[in-house]
Amino acid sequence: MENPLCPSSVLSAFPDVFLKRMEMDLLQRFEAYVASEKKIEPKDWMPDAYRKTLIRQISQHAHSEIVGMLPEGNWISRAPSLKRKAILMAKVQDEAGHGLYLYSACETLGVQRDDTIADLHSGKAKYSSIFNYPTLTWADMGAVGWLVDGAAIMNQVPLCKCSYGPYARAMVRVCKEESFHQRQGFQIMMTLAQGTEDQKAMAQDALNRWWWPSIMMFGPPDDNSPNSAQSMAWNIKRFSNDELRQKFIDLTVPQAELIGLTIPDADLKWNEETGHYEHGPIDWAEFNRVIAGHGPCNKERLAARNKAWDDGAWVREAAGAHAEKRAARKAASNTAAA
Amino acid sequence: MPRNAQHARPHPTQQPPKSKDVEKQHWPLWEIFIRSRQGLSHRHVGSLHAADAEMAIENARDVYTRRQEGVSIWAVPASEITASSPDEKDVLFDPADDKVYRHPTFYDLPDEVKNM
Repeated sequence: MENPLCPSSVLSAFPDVFLKRMEMDLLQRFEAYVASEKKIEPKDWMPDAYRKTLIRQISQHAHSEIVGMLPEGNWISRAPSLKRKAILMAKVQDEAGHGLYLYSACETLGVQRDDTIADLHSGKAKYSSIFNYPTLTWADMGAVGWLVDGAAIMNQVPLCKCSYGPYARAMVRVCKEESFHQRQGFQIMMTLAQGTEDQKAMAQDALNRWWWPSIMMFGPPDDNSPNSAQSMAWNIKRFSNDELRQKFIDLTVPQAELIGLTIPDADLKWNEETGHYEHGPIDWAEFNRVIAGHGPCNKERLAARNKAWDDGAWVREAAGAHAEKRAARKAASNTAAA
Repeated sequence: MPRNAQHARPHPTQQPPKSKDVEKQHWPLWEIFIRSRQGLSHRHVGSLHAADAEMAIENARDVYTRRQEGVSIWAVPASEITASSPDEKDVLFDPADDKVYRHPTFYDLPDEVKNM
């Protein structure tokens, strides 16, 4: 938006050097402001790079919620009981809601919703690579809730204090709702782990398949995370990838032990001195492969989203026509009344 | 989404293929305000897209009140909201800074006055 006190016609009269200095000044003030834990709201001045970073992060986050509905939606019709089915539906509906809170927050940064969604459909935008893994058994509903939502919560709780107001507020809502997700997942795993040998094996198999992708959800290791430092300086990110990953492992290992399941990491051991678990090497080549589009379900996920959008075209069209008709009828009755 | 939408569904063969760009409709943006319970004011919770006001209310019900968060919803077209600019912050709000006498804590009372 043009600043009325400083219209572009005036600005263009200044030499570039002077403008550059003005921008530097704004940037310094912005960084000091953000560093003092104050919040930025949509109409405030912000550096372009801050805006871009947020648009990228929030839209990816929104896409992850939406694509994240697919692996779980896969099991709604096959949930083992009506209660489990109702719970799973509520959870998947929540993920849709989370996507919408986030798209709404993203839009405050000046992007159009339809364009953001088009970027997902064209494959231009990324989403969390975890959702490119398949959900093969009912136990996967347990593992996804317990581990994937657990890791997501670990990532999202610090975002509740992020410097961008609309993102932080959306995260508060998401985190409140997400803790039910993790608990229901853990409960599924616990029930299976206490069941027959076959059921226990099914739970263990799900843990084996979801453990490594889950701890990769925290992103590349700190020494290979190019955007982290800037995001930390802007108070978008509060803890490093490795810090969050460590926290997640420390919390989760005892939970697995409690229900008699084994973390699939032969090198996992408790370090008395540091008070943390040490884990084995993470296969970052796999992580990069999945991100690059070569995971087990990348194509299927994108195809499903595109199909949902295309199949919904007539609904959007009908809703538009209905709205027009309703508006016309209202206008007509207003004229008649006048 | 209108609940009776299925009835209006054309046969799939009647659907002309559309490019995604043509199809973009940019439904208007609505700001949503929720009254969490009687006695409290409506509070801004976020925004959503909808073809019209009725649909905005229906969508807001699903998006923002899945856990008994509200008893009443306002949907306001985002384009109808006039907001003050951050650039005017000082002009608008600074004048209140030096009027501490508007707050009760400005006034010293003798200890004998217990409640005032």
